[in-house]
Amino acid sequence: MGQVVVETKDLTKAYNGFTAVDRLNLRIEEGEIFGFLGPNGAGKTTTILMLIGLTEPSSGTAQVCGYDSTREPLKVKRIVGYLPEKFGFYEDLTPRQNLRYTAELNNLPKGEIEEVINDLLATVELSQVADLEVSKLSRGMKQRLGIADIWIKEPKLVFLDEPTSGIDPNGIDDILNLIVKMAKKGMTVIFCSHQLPQVQKICTQVGILARGHLVAEGPIARLGKQATGGGQYSIEAEVAQANPELIDPIKHVAGVMEVQSSGNSLLISCAKDLRGQIAKVIVDSGSLLVGMKIEEYSLERIYKKYSKEA
Amino acid sequence: MSAIFRKELADHLASKRFLILFFLVLLAAMFATYTAIQNIRGVVTPSTEFIFLRIFTLSGGASLSFLFFLALFIPIISIALGFDAVNSERTSGNLSRLLSQPIYRDSVINGKFLAGLAILAMIIVTVIAIVAGLGLRIVGVPPGSDEVLRLIFFTLISVIYGAFWMALAVLFSVLFKSSTTSILASIGLWLFLFVFMGVIAGAIANTMVPLDQNSTMGVIANHYEISGAIGRISPATLYGEATSALLTPERASFNPALIMMSTYTGRMETPLPFNQSLLLAWPQIVGIIALAAICFAISYTRFMREEIRSI
Repeated sequence: MGQVVVETKDLTKAYNGFTAVDRLNLRIEEGEIFGFLGPNGAGKTTTILMLIGLTEPSSGTAQVCGYDSTREPLKVKRIVGYLPEKFGFYEDLTPRQNLRYTAELNNLPKGEIEEVINDLLATVELSQVADLEVSKLSRGMKQRLGIADIWIKEPKLVFLDEPTSGIDPNGIDDILNLIVKMAKKGMTVIFCSHQLPQVQKICTQVGILARGHLVAEGPIARLGKQATGGGQYSIEAEVAQANPELIDPIKHVAGVMEVQSSGNSLLISCAKDLRGQIAKVIVDSGSLLVGMKIEEYSLERIYKKYSKEA
Repeated sequence: MSAIFRKELADHLASKRFLILFFLVLLAAMFATYTAIQNIRGVVTPSTEFIFLRIFTLSGGASLSFLFFLALFIPIISIALGFDAVNSERTSGNLSRLLSQPIYRDSVINGKFLAGLAILAMIIVTVIAIVAGLGLRIVGVPPGSDEVLRLIFFTLISVIYGAFWMALAVLFSVLFKSSTTSILASIGLWLFLFVFMGVIAGAIANTMVPLDQNSTMGVIANHYEISGAIGRISPATLYGEATSALLTPERASFNPALIMMSTYTGRMETPLPFNQSLLLAWPQIVGIIALAAICFAISYTRFMREEIRSI
């Protein structure tokens, strides 16, 4: 068990008669890359704003590294980096000047600032454009500059709100790599995104928020097993004519955990790849097997299951 | 806060906005000084006192005085420097980044206000110094210590007057999300206070104390007392009165009727000592300071209490 970085207790935010976040209990440990998921308007951004102390909760508490976000916002902001979904830089300044401003706002020691900026610009691969105006930078570059902007204060906790939206595939990889690098440096990362494959690629834990509630939380592998009915794989078998008598023999195949039929297809949850055995059962029963698909649990499936349930 | 102040200051100094304003004001100041110097020989007699101050107040023929130009330009400069102080940060997405830094929220608005004010003060001091220098060189009459004191206070009041307009512009930049709206609101209010307030004050005074050819001096004085009182709601009037009291030592009252009366009794053209002029202008000065403080206080509380929900 690592140190607890984020802890909320019955955190609630209501405004104009609408409850954006409803008695949220969240706990995130040091060193995690936490995928914070949920439909638009589920309350992710509101939760983040409360954790940083920019918005006051209606009730409940939010703590970052033991500091109360509402009562000690300055201490929290000193150890937290927040990259909002829609952020901007001073367009008529250079990346270097923008970073210098952030460094000064964070009271970094004067003598170290230039060196820190140079190192960071190299890390996010912006050394080439360090002295161009920000207005001349591409979207991907600006996004990497955004990463550098929160990195510069060496925070313990980092919030990234949709850092990959609108970026080309190579740019996305660059940003994901930077996020992993940040985590390796000991920063805990909270990664909000709708790009589930990206989340699955780098996140160690996920939490799914729907209508202000946390509907699922844990390592992806565990949630995946729950979502696919206990098994790690989900096999979809398509037969020419559906036959309800097929289900029972398949259930008896060792390793099959659950069978559902819908129309002409059968959805089978199992612990390992049992395509061969299942195909044999179907063919032996006299049905015609048309096609078969196997899928390892995907975050998309987990997400859909939980966000629908809520 | 010092980081924000320094950055804002550097931004202003590097901006085209600042350059344009500075040269505009400089041009107007030179023009006004030139005409004042052209006309100064006509009004000055060997017994005239305070010749140096006349460079600032003298208008000749088609031209206007330096004082008038300054009264016109101070609100424009202040509005131009402050109208988008907060809402431009919001639109550009910098505000959310800024507010998630470990700084007190008020240092954002304080730093911006003070940086704008510093630039404004710089422009005013520079222009007044240039005009004074030109006057000294061309007219050749050095200012007396009384005149220097008057000029220093004139500069100070000009900066305070600018602070009012800057506070107002910053207030609108907090209230309105779009900088177009905030500049329109600022300019609109300025036009109203600068141009229409006098007209309205006159109209109200006319209905309350109508004047005709048979009106006695007392009635006339009463009429102007009322229009003056209403006009003083506008900081433009306050500034005009305060500066004229300081730069025209002969001025003993702001009521035209009373000035006329003193002409009859022969008290005209007796200059007041500096402390008496300052006393005359004191209520106006306090009024401007109070208005500036109110504007700044409102924008301060609005900005501090604003909840950041989605940025």
